[in-house]
Amino acid sequence: MDLTLTPAEEAFRHECQLWLDAHVPREWHDPTFRDSLSASDEIAFLKSWQQALYDGGWIGLTWPREYGGRSATLMQQVIFHREMARAKAPPLINILGLIVAGPTIMVHGTEAQKRRYLPKILTAEEIWCQGFSEPNAGSDLASLATRASLEGDEFVVNGQKIWNSYGHLAQQCLLLVRTDAQVPKHQGISALILDMHRPGITVQPLRQITGEAEFNEVFFDNVRLPRANLLGAINDGWNVAITILMFERLNTASLLEIQTKIALDQLIDTARRTLRHGRPATEDALIRQKLAQIYTEVEILRLSTYRSITRFQRGERPGPEGSIEKLFWSETTQHLFEAAMDILGPQGQLLKGSKWAVDSGQWPYQFLRSRADTIAGGTSEILRNIIGERVLGLPRG
Amino acid sequence: MDFGFSEQQELLRASARHFLERECSTNLVRRLSDDAQGYSADLWQKMAELGWMGLVLPETYGGSGFSFVDLTILMEEMGRVLLPAPFFSSIALGALTLLETGSEAQRQQMLPRLARGEAKASVALLESDGGYDPRGISMRASIRGNRATLNGTKLFVVDAQVADHLICVVRTRRGRDPESGLSLFMLDMASPGLSCTPLVGMDQTRRLCELSFTRVSVSLEAMLGGRDTAWPLLQRALDKATVALCAEMVGGAEKAMELCVEYGKTRVQFGRQIGGFQAVKHKIADMKVLVENAKSVVYYAAWALDSGAPEASRAASMAKAYCSEMYPRVAADGVQVHGGIGFTWDHNMHLYLKRAKSSEVLLGNATWHRERTATLIPL
Repeated sequence: MDLTLTPAEEAFRHECQLWLDAHVPREWHDPTFRDSLSASDEIAFLKSWQQALYDGGWIGLTWPREYGGRSATLMQQVIFHREMARAKAPPLINILGLIVAGPTIMVHGTEAQKRRYLPKILTAEEIWCQGFSEPNAGSDLASLATRASLEGDEFVVNGQKIWNSYGHLAQQCLLLVRTDAQVPKHQGISALILDMHRPGITVQPLRQITGEAEFNEVFFDNVRLPRANLLGAINDGWNVAITILMFERLNTASLLEIQTKIALDQLIDTARRTLRHGRPATEDALIRQKLAQIYTEVEILRLSTYRSITRFQRGERPGPEGSIEKLFWSETTQHLFEAAMDILGPQGQLLKGSKWAVDSGQWPYQFLRSRADTIAGGTSEILRNIIGERVLGLPRG
Repeated sequence: MDFGFSEQQELLRASARHFLERECSTNLVRRLSDDAQGYSADLWQKMAELGWMGLVLPETYGGSGFSFVDLTILMEEMGRVLLPAPFFSSIALGALTLLETGSEAQRQQMLPRLARGEAKASVALLESDGGYDPRGISMRASIRGNRATLNGTKLFVVDAQVADHLICVVRTRRGRDPESGLSLFMLDMASPGLSCTPLVGMDQTRRLCELSFTRVSVSLEAMLGGRDTAWPLLQRALDKATVALCAEMVGGAEKAMELCVEYGKTRVQFGRQIGGFQAVKHKIADMKVLVENAKSVVYYAAWALDSGAPEASRAASMAKAYCSEMYPRVAADGVQVHGGIGFTWDHNMHLYLKRAKSSEVLLGNATWHRERTATLIPL
């Protein structure tokens, strides 16, 4: 047991630090600059940031060298993300491509698919989205009904997807469809790679609780795509989906934990500047209790990630235990933003644009945004079922 | 970075589990709950033969020189079976405090006997104030010549009823700063003027005692650490005792959770195993999350103390703040999951709930340790 970095890991961390200190765009740290960006400016900004990271050799760290990566360890990736957080670097825009689509294509894709798609994921030239959930297939994903029928050398897709992040920006979509309705539901699903600019696709923004539209509804009306865009074998899409979810858990755990840590550091900073009864909020006994509790929870997130990385490095495959981390992370972020609103008092409700808003209104925004955390990627209720049944071996309901 | 146990540590865990499951049944735990001494001398002897008392003590003092992390592995296993023995008091509290604060001669004199299990020690800290803060300590020792005279009352002294030696925290000087003016004395429990009365607590698997000091005279040679300056040294020792206790709490909570899993699979109502009902399943899933989280922070704190990491005290307080809420939650929900049977004296769950509640406050409750965490972040 040793929680310090090895000399090699420390050298890598130092390399990250030097590069980021020299390359993180200074203007990103200026809230007025960020406020002044239009949605499309921000996308352009983030794309050029990912390109710069790619040119520096920092994108796709854990990807094999033959696909443009660095064959780095999972721990090195965590170190890099941690250094990104320390340097307050802008986020990675093509996150779904990097952690979901890319690794899945590496496992299930043909050589031609790997050559075609992987390089543009790294450079953010092509943003990816995923088409999984449907209005009637949420927690029960395997009951999805969007169908693809083979007509000659083409699939013809009809149906509807929902909760599709990045759909309005994406060039490519990792799509789950029903290709056989006559067999049990898990056995008739296939995975397709869909060019989002094909005719017959309608992307409709879905205005969410924050007032923004990060998600979309996507409608498919006789959308044709080549048979070559099938990812994995026909009707083997559930297997592909499991791969996707496994990579998602493994790769997002440390990213999400670090985002939460950034938010916590900001909250502590804000609390020090916030006066309560004429004194800094951090001197208030109850607020100290809350902040120490959240600090502990965020530390536990980091430590749990280290425990899973160690298990992975010792050769264990990631399993249903990942549900424990996801469940706890989602509840911790919610506690954090609830505490933030409590600490800020009446000002806590003020949104961006309001004269008295604290930190550009990010706290009430994040409070609302974090309601998604216990829903997306497996609701907390589904995760508790998985923990109960697949980790502890309790009977199925 | 490697955050897991070594093969050797996994072996230690497996052999400790095997031994304790065989030697420390719940029947024994229940029998010892009614015993005046509260422990089995026979079992204590067997543990001594396995080298457990000396495990973590340096070889120069008759120990085996294992790491503190190794000790927490034993504590976790002891927690699973609710071992009623003065191991925590004599080793995690007593011996480690002596190791941290004693002079070379004092260590040589005392530690080998503790390492062999021939003698037992405990630490007297709390008073009627009930706080682990130095302000809570007002019992005086007045010094004249080369002797000190102790007068007053210490409370909640763990397993003092069977201790041979006592490390007692007293105020030797009054001043503005409550942290200074505190000294430690090593006493014989048979000292004239020292009397021990067991307290009737809810957890009879670990005894707490009241100690009355009436003109107890002790030589200044029995002072551990510097005169008036013992507090910082004691803190380091208490951090270790705290994390050892946390490990014990993790073990108990995990076992309580396992009892719930077992019951969820076997108890049938409405024609189904109750673990299939989400209301029950989700409660048990939450226990799993709590237990795994506690493991993460407790193993981390154990490593931090072992390796002398600068954040070790903060890690210890985070661990205790978390465990002090985790264990009572798991055990109380454990009673709930078991329904009526969980409320009975015959079922074992109440033993875990009672141990959870006594451990919750021992060495500082969640509120106290969260405040200490806040100070050490620092906020």
